[in-house]
Amino acid sequence: MKFTLSWLKRHLDTSATVDEIAEALTDLGLEVEGIENPLEKLRPFTIAKVKSAVQHPDADRLRVCVVETDEGEKQIVCGAPNARAGITVVLAKPGDYVPGIDVTLSVGKIRGLESHGMMASERELELSDEHDGIIELPSGEVGQSFGDWMAVNRPEKVDPVIEIAITPNRGDALGVRGIARDLAARGLGKLKPCNVAPVEASFASPLKVSIDDDTADGCQVFYGRLIRGVKNGPSPDWLQAQLRAIGLRPISFLVDVTNYFTYDQNRPLHVFDADKVKGNLRVHRAKGGERIVALDDKEYTLDAGMIAISDQTGVESIAGIMGGAVTGCTEETVNVFVESAYWDPVQIATTGRKLKIHSDARYRFERGVDPAFTPDGLEHAVRMIVDHAGGEASEVVVAGAVPNVSRAYRLDPERVQSLVGMEISESEQRQTLTALGFRLEGTLAHVPSWRSDVQGEADLVEEVARIASLTKLVGRPMARALPGVPKAILTASQVRAAAARRTAAALGYNECVTYSFIDQAAAALFGGGDDASKLENPISSDMSHMRPDLLPGLLRAAARNQARGFMDLALFEVGHAFHGGEPEEQHLQVSGILVGRTGPKDVHGGSRSVDLFDAKADAEAILAAIGAPAKAQILRNGAGWWHPGRHGQICLGPKKVLGVFGELHPRVLREMDIKGAAVAFTIWPDEVPQPKTKTATRPALIASEFQAVERDFAFVTDASVEALTLVNAAAGADKALIADVRVFDEFVGGSLGEGKKSLAITVRLQPTEGTLKEADIEAVSAKIIEKVSKATGGVLRG
Amino acid sequence: MDDLKSKYLGLIAAAADEAAIEDVRLGALGKKGEISLKMRELGGMSPEERQVAGPALNALKDEINSALAAKKAALADTALDERLRGEWLDVTLPARGRRTGTIHPISQVTEEVTAIFADMGFAVAEGPQIDSDWYNFDALNIPGHHPARAEMDTFYMHRAEGDNRPPHVLRTHTSPVQIRTMEKHGAPIRIIAPGRVYRADYDQTHTPMFHQVEGLAIDRDISMANLKWCLEEFVKAYFEVDHVDLRFRASHFPFTEPSAEVDIRCSWEGGTLKVGEGDDWLEILGSGMVHPKVLQNAGVDPNEWQGFAFGMGIDRIAMLKYGIPDLRAFFDSDLRWLRHYGFAALDVPTLHGGLSK
Repeated sequence: MKFTLSWLKRHLDTSATVDEIAEALTDLGLEVEGIENPLEKLRPFTIAKVKSAVQHPDADRLRVCVVETDEGEKQIVCGAPNARAGITVVLAKPGDYVPGIDVTLSVGKIRGLESHGMMASERELELSDEHDGIIELPSGEVGQSFGDWMAVNRPEKVDPVIEIAITPNRGDALGVRGIARDLAARGLGKLKPCNVAPVEASFASPLKVSIDDDTADGCQVFYGRLIRGVKNGPSPDWLQAQLRAIGLRPISFLVDVTNYFTYDQNRPLHVFDADKVKGNLRVHRAKGGERIVALDDKEYTLDAGMIAISDQTGVESIAGIMGGAVTGCTEETVNVFVESAYWDPVQIATTGRKLKIHSDARYRFERGVDPAFTPDGLEHAVRMIVDHAGGEASEVVVAGAVPNVSRAYRLDPERVQSLVGMEISESEQRQTLTALGFRLEGTLAHVPSWRSDVQGEADLVEEVARIASLTKLVGRPMARALPGVPKAILTASQVRAAAARRTAAALGYNECVTYSFIDQAAAALFGGGDDASKLENPISSDMSHMRPDLLPGLLRAAARNQARGFMDLALFEVGHAFHGGEPEEQHLQVSGILVGRTGPKDVHGGSRSVDLFDAKADAEAILAAIGAPAKAQILRNGAGWWHPGRHGQICLGPKKVLGVFGELHPRVLREMDIKGAAVAFTIWPDEVPQPKTKTATRPALIASEFQAVERDFAFVTDASVEALTLVNAAAGADKALIADVRVFDEFVGGSLGEGKKSLAITVRLQPTEGTLKEADIEAVSAKIIEKVSKATGGVLRG
Repeated sequence: MDDLKSKYLGLIAAAADEAAIEDVRLGALGKKGEISLKMRELGGMSPEERQVAGPALNALKDEINSALAAKKAALADTALDERLRGEWLDVTLPARGRRTGTIHPISQVTEEVTAIFADMGFAVAEGPQIDSDWYNFDALNIPGHHPARAEMDTFYMHRAEGDNRPPHVLRTHTSPVQIRTMEKHGAPIRIIAPGRVYRADYDQTHTPMFHQVEGLAIDRDISMANLKWCLEEFVKAYFEVDHVDLRFRASHFPFTEPSAEVDIRCSWEGGTLKVGEGDDWLEILGSGMVHPKVLQNAGVDPNEWQGFAFGMGIDRIAMLKYGIPDLRAFFDSDLRWLRHYGFAALDVPTLHGGLSK
């Protein structure tokens, strides 16, 4: 919302400066977004007088002037035809910036003669397009600031323009008068009265208006007057200047009047060329399918239920949003029907959104226009039209009745203080509300008709606090909810997410935060991409679906980095993935990918391709960090984006999957454009069971004083036997004695023959009751061999 | 006996290697060694003679033994020195590679914010990112036709044919967590709710996803002055400065009343932000007293309870504190960016150890 200082002063009697006004506006909640003050660029220029002007010896069109300035007499060479002795001029000195020619002056030499500055034209100072000669002022003293002179003598030419942001609740501030009222309540001046003497009615309008019964809720009241014999044409200068200053294009007087009151009083109006209206006007709901070319020359098709104003021939206006082109006023209009109506905000918002029309009228009606001002707005407009364009006005045509929006809320001064935490006396509170137009009756505050946003006691609090100035609010310490040392506040799940994140970073992974939405193709590769997780209005096709998993986002990130020449990557993310489109269908994941090699090739020969055991180690480390049990099953048959034979699910039982690791399916990698090896893991932290009892105390350490013994065994088994089966079998041979079983070698094929492999294990025996004797070791070894053989069919390698 | 001593000490000193030392030892202390033989002679002596010769012989034996051991050690040292002279590595070669991971600034700053508010007794609440329009809008006093809805650039979820519920939305702010948490826990309550939020907007300074942290404190007598104090304390702690000026400007949010935008005093000298000094104001958050209707919608009696709420951009305060220029880069996962702006795994922000290094 833009307005000029002079426009504001039509409603506000104030001596406040632009800066004071701007500061107050921002503080009041009408945030100033910009100020354009033409005086700023006039600041350097002063008034001077031409003492003499003689012909330049070497140039026909130039005159050499002696100019009396605040710095004494100066010689200035000037080409203006009106440069002559005795005139009062505007002087720009060397060093001054002249905006109209975008030049900073210096002492010049023109055809051999020095020139100490210039005398400016209006165009050179961006005051108008006038450039036939230099400015001649009718008054002014040598040395006086030109800006000051303009402010006094031509205020409309140096009118500062203020632009403010209006929050959606403040419809009333979409009119200059509403802004003035706020400033007056703050004490920055006095609100001027705004009365109008209605134009006398000279005839009954032949044009009548009706509102259909089913439309009364959308259009409660419609006022209109017909004016005969107006002379339309360009608006007077002051009106054109005001409209231009706020960025509106003057069109013709009749149209400009409607725009003026839209911005002046937040009162949108419409003018019909009465000669083009056939029969009477009827406000009704569209049946659907009606077409209208609106004032923006675009054709719109109405949906059933939208409100239209029609004459005998059809729809002539999209009610409250935009008039029709056919019945619009032109320079030739002589009979005009002025409409001032009140439209339901929800109705307007819905229709406006559907038709995608952004008009000043829609903007205002949906944010709240003063219904009680409907007839007054009409009278203001009719008065202005008749006063300037002549004509005679009809009696007022009315359909419906001004809705009764009167309501009152109790002002509780103590509650105001308690909520705001500021000492604001009761009398000040009452005074504030009164200044804003509330009528106080005991403790009841009657809400003014233009404040549709005030809907309860809390709104009274806001008004009082706003006018009192929240800038003055002084912080007041808030006691801790509980005295003493603060307790831990994170939930177990939050602690896990943090631990997983820090562990992954400690393992050398870089944390990414990728978008929660991803393209359909990538989502589909990871079990998503269906309609349930689709966005209705995605911002682009590569962000069309909620991610079903974190891996596609990480792989896309890896591909982007590979394109930048970073081939070896360790990336992870902690975040939610979505298994549907309902609020509860999100779950926390920790995913990591390793791409390329373990590191750049190096002098120690340590660089190699990443493999699934890297991913497994990291997955296990993270699971350990978040408190997962040390012993888990490794099962296969994970999701389809894993390499079918090279992945494992870390499980507690077949239904309880804590995580998964492995190589990604080569097809997935190809489609995601990943080069080189890529392995990954995903962990579902919330699947890890919480400890049953929470105690900081550890169980006592049992450290046997007897020497532990290690024995190695190598078994030949079928190649399909899994190491874990063999390890578990060996460990089960004597659970008390066997402390640990580790696989230290795997050898496939070769001399063992097709389909066979050798697995070598180290078994650590930890006696607790006495030193092991050879016979004890022999006995347990035999048991191990027997158990392993039974579980795997393996035989001890000879 | 002195002759023996000087003879063998001389031989020991002259021995050039381990074998020579062994020869000397055998010559002196071996079974048929000179000193061993002397020892054997002790048996034939009278007790008086033995009393003199015995200790002397033992002392000689000990002395020779020590000299042998010392010589042996000296020879070993010499041999080791000799070997080490040939052992040399180029220690300027690079060390074995080790990957260094990083924490994303969003995570780090979220932990910083959490640490500060935890000290003031705020717990961390969470809520769904896909939410119903009731929680995202209606419950927060933003009815269907409210212009604020249209201004929010909301992402809507697809609705299957025949499903006539209003479409779910990607939450446009973290405020729905207020409602969900109050419904569950009632009042009094103090929570923050950090998380992802979504708006259909993408340009130089906007990304369709970003992060907010919501704050909510409800009790019997919490005022806007408490809100100001709480935010002042937060800003001081977060930006790690001793003093800060906060400016509350009246504003409007449908879910708070009164509402205020909050600016901090700062300077931008030389393109770097300094909080707490200068003449500029920087908007950092929106806040206000929770609207009675919002309390009611969450099942909390507004006649009994009151309090404040605020919402702040995590990405934004991360950019301000750490001088990160471009929001869009947060979500691009450029390895160079992750390494440059990321944090070490063990840089856990704490109040006692400091939030940043």
